[in-house]
Amino acid sequence: MSYKIVTSQCTVCGACEFECPNAAISLKNDLYVINAKKCTECEGQFDVPQCAAVCPVPKTCIPA
Amino acid sequence: MAGQLIGLQDFADSGAETMREALSGGCSSSQCGSSDKPDSMPEEIWAKIKDHPCYSEEAHHYFARMHVAVAPACNIQCNYCNRKYDCANESRPGVVSEKLTPDQAQRKVITVANEVPQLSVLGIAGPGDACYDWKKTRETFGLISADIPDIKLCLSTNGLALPDHVDEIASMNIDHVTITINMVDPEIGVQIYPWIFYKNRRWTGLDASKILHERQMLGLEMLTERGILTKINSVMIPGVNDTHLLEVNRVVKEKGAFLHNIMPLISDPAHGTHYGLTGQRGPTPAELKALQDQLEGGAKLMRHCRQCRADAVGLLGEDRGQEFTLDQLAENVAYDPSRRVNYQTLVAEMRGEHEAAKRAASESLVDVQQAPSALVAIATKGGGRINQHFGHATEFQIYEISTHGIKFVGHRKTEQYCKGGWGEDATLDGVIAALEGVSAVLCGKIGDCPKESLAAAGIVATDDYALEWIEEGIGHWYEQVNGQQEQRQSA
Ligand code: SF4
Ligand code: SF4
Ligand code: SF4
Repeated sequence: MSYKIVTSQCTVCGACEFECPNAAISLKNDLYVINAKKCTECEGQFDVPQCAAVCPVPKTCIPA
Repeated sequence: MAGQLIGLQDFADSGAETMREALSGGCSSSQCGSSDKPDSMPEEIWAKIKDHPCYSEEAHHYFARMHVAVAPACNIQCNYCNRKYDCANESRPGVVSEKLTPDQAQRKVITVANEVPQLSVLGIAGPGDACYDWKKTRETFGLISADIPDIKLCLSTNGLALPDHVDEIASMNIDHVTITINMVDPEIGVQIYPWIFYKNRRWTGLDASKILHERQMLGLEMLTERGILTKINSVMIPGVNDTHLLEVNRVVKEKGAFLHNIMPLISDPAHGTHYGLTGQRGPTPAELKALQDQLEGGAKLMRHCRQCRADAVGLLGEDRGQEFTLDQLAENVAYDPSRRVNYQTLVAEMRGEHEAAKRAASESLVDVQQAPSALVAIATKGGGRINQHFGHATEFQIYEISTHGIKFVGHRKTEQYCKGGWGEDATLDGVIAALEGVSAVLCGKIGDCPKESLAAAGIVATDDYALEWIEEGIGHWYEQVNGQQEQRQSA
């Protein structure tokens, strides 16, 4: 159960990184990636996955 | 005094403090405008804006600003923005700036301060939203003001996250904030903002615009209460908010906005924005000027704004950003204040002279009776003088002269006509098109060939007033043309 980032569409703005309540998102080699072990899909914390709600590019933060 | 700006700092080695003292209060009376108006302006406000090229039309002849692109994240979506590019509120759309970390930004600013003594302002305008990406904005300002305490700090925001940070903005001595406000009616906002991200969820439709509007107004009021100067940017979108901007102007003025800047929507399908793709057009220069004219007397308008890039560096329309990209910066840099200090001293002196010349030019207009008003284009590379080669001008400063006075009304960009000495006719046509409605071009130097082409298009181009103060030269030209006419009439 986790989200992932479609890196080919990502603008590397970093908004998802600081909205993620579980610090699951980090910059690796200039690309943002989601650590599946830390991602909870925001279950129990927020109604919607925060990364997907803030991401400016449609269909870029999606269920893995 | 050719190239006087470049050489300025070399003259200023002696007696800095005494010179400064003798000249302080140099701008005590007169027309000098904010566009420049110390007369009616409280001392503390003049002190804040006088060296700020974005707030003071006069200062933009002397001082340079730079932006560092440290804040890429944004919390809203605007229909004129494609987030592959920089925030379109402050930059020109379709531009990608070099993203920097706060440490890289610190190195860049110090390098520029050491090489460009005109530098007076550091801004953060994205490439996303400086208030939403607050940690990076705060860290960058903290690092740089520790090194260069007198640099002025400013930031730009869409306003949504602004109220959360106003107290820190005040305590960090950030004394200028730009808020982009395109509407004061959420019904209109619906056509501009498809969504916002606020309190951990995405809002759309009327809810989104209502929240954004409330937060913008709250932020503006909070800044005004704390005496922080605000500039409001509005993007003019024909058919969406063009007539509504009169109401925006009234409301922001009532809430204490210092300046209101109307920017044209730049809409191009190639930018991939919603507006670009759906064929929403931007305003024509005439529509823009008509709106600006209607708004005169509202919150003061900023006609010299040039929508610089989020990583712009420079004076007037120039952008030297490409000289200071990351790969050209040294690993270790130390700030050396000497050149900036010398330059500032000299400018203080120059401005006194410039003031006197402006006043004299206005007064001498009394002698010219019953002449029509005219638009005059100036080629200048800074310092307040007519000192740029016609072929090197990438933009002209446009002034309007009438028997009532001389006022700055805007700038017009051109493709550079002369690249390496040989002008090309195609670009000259472009220059002529950009100069529509202008009666004369005053420049530092011009060749016979372009002069004749301009004459054929009905525009007088001359270097007779080279190196004069801008207003002085315009006044002389005006007297000369209208004097001739009078003679002809009486003959
Ligand atoms: S879904 Fe939630 S937990 Fe998972 S990466 Fe996105 S913000 Fe973090
Ligand atoms: S919010 Fe979207 S575009 Fe921005 S870094 Fe995250 S995935 Fe990339
Ligand atoms: S505020 Fe700026 S970066 Fe954010 S969507 Fe609007 S134009 Fe783009």
